[in-house]
Amino acid sequence: MIPAGFEYHRPGDIASAIGILQEHGDEARVIAGGHSLIPMMKLRMAEMGHLVDLQAIEELKGIEIGPDTVTLGAMVTQHELITHDGLSAAIPLMREAALQIADPQVRYVGTVGGNVANGDPGNDMPGLMQCLNATFELSGPDGNRSVAARDFYEAAYFTAREDEEILTRISIRVPGSGVGQAYEKQKRKIGDYATAAAAVMVGNGTASVAMTNLADTPIWSGEASNALAGGDVDGCVSAMLDAIEPVEDNRGPVEFKKHVASVMLRRAITRAQSRAG
Amino acid sequence: MNDQTLTPEERAANLKGMGCARKRVEDVRFTQGKGNYVDDIKLDGMLFGDFVRSPYAHARVVSVNKEAALALPGVIAVLTAEDLSPLGLHWMPTLAGDKQMVLADGKVLFQGQEVAFVVAEDRYIAADAVELVEVEYEELPVLTDPFEALKSDVVLREDLEGQTEGAHGPRKHHNHIFTWEQGDKDATEAVLAEADVVAEEMVYYHRTHPCPLETCGSVASMDKVTGKLTLYGTFQAPHAIRTVVSLISGLAEHNIRVISPDIGGGFGNKVGAYAGYVCSVVASIVTGKPVKWVEDRMENLMSTAFARDYWMQGKIAATKEGKITGLWCHTTADHGGFDACADPTKFPAGFMNICTGSYDIPTAYLAVDGVYTNKAPGGVAYRCSFRVTEAAYFIERMIEVLAIKLNMDAAELRRINFIKANQFPYQSALGWEYDSGDYHTAWDKALKAVDYDGLRADQAQRIEEFKAGKTRKLLGIGLTHFTEIVGAGPVKNCDILGLGMFDSCEIRIHPTGSAIARLGTISQGQGHATTFAQIIASEIGLPADDITLEEGDTDTAPYGLGTYGSRSTPVAGAATAMAARKIRAKAQMIAAYLLEVHDNDVEWDVDRFAVKGAPERFKTMKEIAFAAYNQAIPGLEPGLEAVSYYDPPNMTYPFGAYICVMEIDVDTGEWEVRQFYALDDCGTRINPMIIDGQVHGGVTEALAIAMGQEIAYDEMGNVKTGTLMDFFLPTAWETPNYITDYTVTPSPHHPIGAKGVGESPNVGGVPAFSNAVHDAFRPFGLVQSHMPHDHWRIWKIANGLGMHG
Repeated sequence: MIPAGFEYHRPGDIASAIGILQEHGDEARVIAGGHSLIPMMKLRMAEMGHLVDLQAIEELKGIEIGPDTVTLGAMVTQHELITHDGLSAAIPLMREAALQIADPQVRYVGTVGGNVANGDPGNDMPGLMQCLNATFELSGPDGNRSVAARDFYEAAYFTAREDEEILTRISIRVPGSGVGQAYEKQKRKIGDYATAAAAVMVGNGTASVAMTNLADTPIWSGEASNALAGGDVDGCVSAMLDAIEPVEDNRGPVEFKKHVASVMLRRAITRAQSRAG
Repeated sequence: MNDQTLTPEERAANLKGMGCARKRVEDVRFTQGKGNYVDDIKLDGMLFGDFVRSPYAHARVVSVNKEAALALPGVIAVLTAEDLSPLGLHWMPTLAGDKQMVLADGKVLFQGQEVAFVVAEDRYIAADAVELVEVEYEELPVLTDPFEALKSDVVLREDLEGQTEGAHGPRKHHNHIFTWEQGDKDATEAVLAEADVVAEEMVYYHRTHPCPLETCGSVASMDKVTGKLTLYGTFQAPHAIRTVVSLISGLAEHNIRVISPDIGGGFGNKVGAYAGYVCSVVASIVTGKPVKWVEDRMENLMSTAFARDYWMQGKIAATKEGKITGLWCHTTADHGGFDACADPTKFPAGFMNICTGSYDIPTAYLAVDGVYTNKAPGGVAYRCSFRVTEAAYFIERMIEVLAIKLNMDAAELRRINFIKANQFPYQSALGWEYDSGDYHTAWDKALKAVDYDGLRADQAQRIEEFKAGKTRKLLGIGLTHFTEIVGAGPVKNCDILGLGMFDSCEIRIHPTGSAIARLGTISQGQGHATTFAQIIASEIGLPADDITLEEGDTDTAPYGLGTYGSRSTPVAGAATAMAARKIRAKAQMIAAYLLEVHDNDVEWDVDRFAVKGAPERFKTMKEIAFAAYNQAIPGLEPGLEAVSYYDPPNMTYPFGAYICVMEIDVDTGEWEVRQFYALDDCGTRINPMIIDGQVHGGVTEALAIAMGQEIAYDEMGNVKTGTLMDFFLPTAWETPNYITDYTVTPSPHHPIGAKGVGESPNVGGVPAFSNAVHDAFRPFGLVQSHMPHDHWRIWKIANGLGMHG
């Protein structure tokens, strides 16, 4: 459980970090909280010559609450998501979901940017961001661009982010009053990835539904969302069950996961509806 | 305060002796991060060893190429079986009479098996070098199922080919290790044939792992000038390790010093001898430098001693009224690639023959077949005496299965079958003499404490609500009455590698009336330094706070067989009391001399000897201690010390009644413990706070085992649960509150009546949790379902019972 040797970089701004990525190409990886990357390095399943630590980059920090939009710096920790009063008021779903991630010690260090950028289907934030229809801002050698969370995930650990790009900020439209939100997650124990998790927003004639760890990417379903917007809970669940593709692992076989997925989704819907205006 | 003004009770309280909830003296250093564990040991010039391990569960090792590793700067050596073979150290004896490869000798038999040992200047270089050792494997067919292994043509242990006799009698097949039979087969089968009712069930107790927080490790330091080897390590039995090292290395035993420093939990995982210990010793001898080896978490889970993995086929016979008439059990025991089970020599299935439990079962038969498979070796007593948790789980499941068959309440079925208080000492059908017990009293107290009838009424109401569609949660009431067998053990039938399982204590009283005691055991968290000082305090009247306790250094501690199987208090605790009594006997003579009366004219009074009939004339133990060193007393040697080697006349039989109330969500398989009540009878109670702590810890491990913890393999023999992400180790989050309670039935043969408690909560806890799951589904037709009861397996029960529509 000792990683292979690597060069450690600690740039002070985004431009320098991109410069290091450009210089070393495939050999370099950025590291945020490190909770996904470091275990892989210790197992020697991930080996890279250059590790670019983003901790010292001030531009990547901070939570901004605007009247219509919330912006999260990529290096905002899960702990900050939980303890930021303005964020909890604007998007209560963020806090509810962040509290379900790992344990307090992990959340002090784990970041929202790392969680969404790594492309691990087990992470909670990607599905949540798809539910919230968030936008990810990327910076690279050719400048900045935005990618919708719903377009970001291609396969497990494969995303729309280019190797030399860094995910810098996340923008989320504030759902507005009248929209009920809920996050339901079943896990085996504290610190575990979801057996199944559901993020739901519903209200004002709209709905958005996404699920976590039930395919090699998070699953947001337009069909399920539309069904729910129209008040058709069974149709929503049915559409979502068609969309997910869970695989068997230590948490259980496919049949079980599909069943739990439907239970989590129904519970999230019930709770979100009860919170809707 | 003037000593003479204190009442005897006040003086006794000042001693903090037996019965006192004295705070743990060990915690001062542990809570400040000042413990001294194996990995804290740093010696000048120390090198580090690390293993190349097999990725395959069964493969031939075609070649090992060390060149690239040796070329890495800082790499000192790469050892393989070829290097160890001239020393005869490429194999080592196991505790079970088998032998085990230290480094792969031509083939590997389980994933994670040690293939080569890299020695380097630091652990980072060693880890890099491990990656550079090129091993060529040729994969062989993998056997992970013991029943398949007994039918398969695939020979796992080619080294044993043609050997039809094993360490425990005939071998029936090339993958068979032993058959062990106890009880009367014919009589039991006759009872089964004639019985009103026979319940039959396969009870599987899955493979799991003790998973101590500190993994295993060692530091070997060979001093080539003095010829003396010092070996620090995570050893639950340091003296036995010294003898084993001497026997397999050829080093004289007086030239070996084994030290167990602070140990971060053992739970049986640190009883056996591991390749890492041997390799660190060899590497130190070869290099002349100290060599440290410390495994990581994955190595610990995948390659060091597992626990359980017993397939127990059971039949239980009873009258229509529920009186049990016979018990039959055939166990298929999966021992992995080598038989490295840690049991007393004559007990290849440990004390599995305690499987008649707390019940008066007149006729019984047990057979156990040990089997080789492509899994890690082990089979240790994970927080229980040897195979006792398996036995308790078996009988406590069979009782429930019988209750279903008889359509009886399981609490009542237990009550009518308990051994009665007046039957002790009780001879069990499978050969044990239970020393003492009062099961009915404990049972009634437990049922009353939880309001058992009220719980059943709650459950009945819940079932109605469930059937009416008002809830999706069931309520399970898990009952257990267990009987442990601990304190191995009488030398006449208990030995490990020929070493009788006595234990020892040496006490030296200092002139000013304080003391040091040394024991042959070794604490791994049990709090020996706290509790054994309390025994001495009560026996000789010196305050526990003035008594230092040392264990674990074979150069200073008297020989003993170590700490596992809840044997420390039953055996070393007895030795402690006996050594203290020798001191008190001499103190009596000194006191009589000082008081100028005959020896028989003084009597013991808490912390002093007083003249009979004249209590104002006395000598305190402190005064006597000083006199022992500064007065020439006719007929007595100076000094005040004693040593006792205690060979217990019998085992001790702690028991208890545990009740678990559990809520179960039939849709998700999630569960929540609503209540857990644990009544323990461990005989005389030395420190109630430590007993509570032991119960909390043991029940938490039981919770883990019953509800999710396992070492699972896929068909290729890959370990699926090799990290703490998948191997369930409960945190505070998953751990419920426990209510503890007790009765006291002292052991009649133990000097202070104590029986041991550390392992009872695991023995009783596992069936209590499992029975709660089963009980929740019993009204809907469930009879038996295998542990661990994780979410999906619970869901599977509900699904199988048609609860998902």
